[in-house]
Amino acid sequence: MSWETVIGLEVHCQLGTRTKLFCGCPTGSFGQPANRFICPVCTGQPGVLPVLNRAAVELAFQAAMALECRLAERSVFARKNYFYPDLPKGYQVSQYELPFSRDGKLAIADKTVRIHRIHMEEDAGKLLHAIGSEELPYSLVDFNRAGVPLIEIVSEADMRTAEEAFDYLTNLKAVLQFGGISHCDMEKGELRCDANVSIRRPDAAFGTRVEIKNLNSFRAVRDAIVHEAARQAGVLEGGGTVVQETRLWDVAANRTEPMRSKEEAHDYRYFPEPDLVPLVAEEAWVARLRAGLPELPAARKARFMAEFGLSDYDSGVMTAERPLADYFERVVSVAGRPAAKAAANWVQSDFMARVKAEKADLAAVPVTPEMLAEVVTMVVSGKISGKAGKEVFARAWETGKKPAELVAELGLTQVSDEGELRAWVDAALDGNPKAAADVRAGKEAAIGSLVGAVMKLSRGKANPALVNRLIKEKLAS
Amino acid sequence: MSLGAEAVRKVARLARLKLSDAELTRFAGQMDRVLEHMADLAALDTEKVQPTAHALGLTNVLRPDVPAPETDRERILANAPEREGPYVKVPKVIE
Ligand SMILES: [Zn+2]
Repeated sequence: MSWETVIGLEVHCQLGTRTKLFCGCPTGSFGQPANRFICPVCTGQPGVLPVLNRAAVELAFQAAMALECRLAERSVFARKNYFYPDLPKGYQVSQYELPFSRDGKLAIADKTVRIHRIHMEEDAGKLLHAIGSEELPYSLVDFNRAGVPLIEIVSEADMRTAEEAFDYLTNLKAVLQFGGISHCDMEKGELRCDANVSIRRPDAAFGTRVEIKNLNSFRAVRDAIVHEAARQAGVLEGGGTVVQETRLWDVAANRTEPMRSKEEAHDYRYFPEPDLVPLVAEEAWVARLRAGLPELPAARKARFMAEFGLSDYDSGVMTAERPLADYFERVVSVAGRPAAKAAANWVQSDFMARVKAEKADLAAVPVTPEMLAEVVTMVVSGKISGKAGKEVFARAWETGKKPAELVAELGLTQVSDEGELRAWVDAALDGNPKAAADVRAGKEAAIGSLVGAVMKLSRGKANPALVNRLIKEKLAS
Repeated sequence: MSLGAEAVRKVARLARLKLSDAELTRFAGQMDRVLEHMADLAALDTEKVQPTAHALGLTNVLRPDVPAPETDRERILANAPEREGPYVKVPKVIE
């Protein structure tokens, strides 16, 4: 009998605020020198008072709305007490008994994953154990991230395969991005995931679960779940028992390892944070936030299909990520709705190929949406050929020059003047009597080589559709 | 109700306090008296009383999401027992 894997995910997501949760230190510390953004509040100096960031609360509330959670009328911050060098106060301000929201859901491929709760909390600092490949005999602490606002989104244990977990994360990220709640950049630590994994015989009670940490990508989550489930099956089939513990994913070794430091049995002695007053989700405030929630991926996908006539597949690709959807929509707004399908093709092919190859940031690509719209418009209208369009796009990417300028500079304007085209057609027919005879005899396929000859004579500038027609006319007469 | 020296030892350990045996006995006695007082409170009927999370009647004290003037980080780092460059230096932590 086979095993069934049971998976629940805990996702930490950085709210897209300018400043930290309880102080005015900036949050954008990625790539900044250590301890650049610290103050007496976020480093826990004696006598300071935290004050809650309104924007963080509003984004957190909107996350709850986007994930169809119930907002608590009243929520309370609590101190989670433990000692670790990345935690300057000796406690983390979090929410415990009274989180701000519960009971949400997120649709994935063919099921709905329930969300148990979402709560707000502050991030800890960062520990450095090595410089480059050199392991240090001590550890270094950087508090830039200490106090950065997070929400922790806890799912129910509703997923049954690593693939479902991957889908959940993909869709969750899309909802958070489209909702304007977080940029969700995993490399910057803006989205982090821990996985709770257990196995059982189908319909049996849940098995003992293992928490996996150190998952740095969605792919790592997927791989770790597969390997951990297999490890647990091995343990159980060998007559052993699964121990409840925290394990770390070792991406290089492709397996989970027990954490070296044995945590003491969790005894966080939570109590209400006396420095912060309760948070009340006032009706008018909530209504205003709900009205201001940006269009979510499912709605945007449906709109792209209805407004732009995109296929289900194309629309899905265009709405996979918020920056891409924004880019595409801008292209269409300039090129016009009739060009939407062509725009989607351009974005999916030449554009994405470049973006992926160069790991480009969509907000700062050299070919702006306006420039891509220009290329698409020129190709759709027949001013330049599709092939020339690709060349213009490539050059525009490399030089940042305007597509119209590049067309003039490279002499790529497509020739649609019938007089000019006829001269090339005549020359092509003279030079290829065999092909011409074949076409006359009814072998339609032979026309390809004649069109090719014209393209060669015109150095790619002839309008191929017109050339095709002119050849047929000539040979029919 | 008595807490016992073991429980006090555990709480002290969680709070990273080093107590002598004499202190353990003394604090265990003191904490027992605190718990006795709590037991008096527990005798009251609080069925219809909302749990108090905060002594003030205030809610929703919020600040705008605007960066504050920078603090002199040198003054903060000067409070660290040890540092290395811009970092705070601590004993080796393993995961
Ligand atoms: Zn601060």
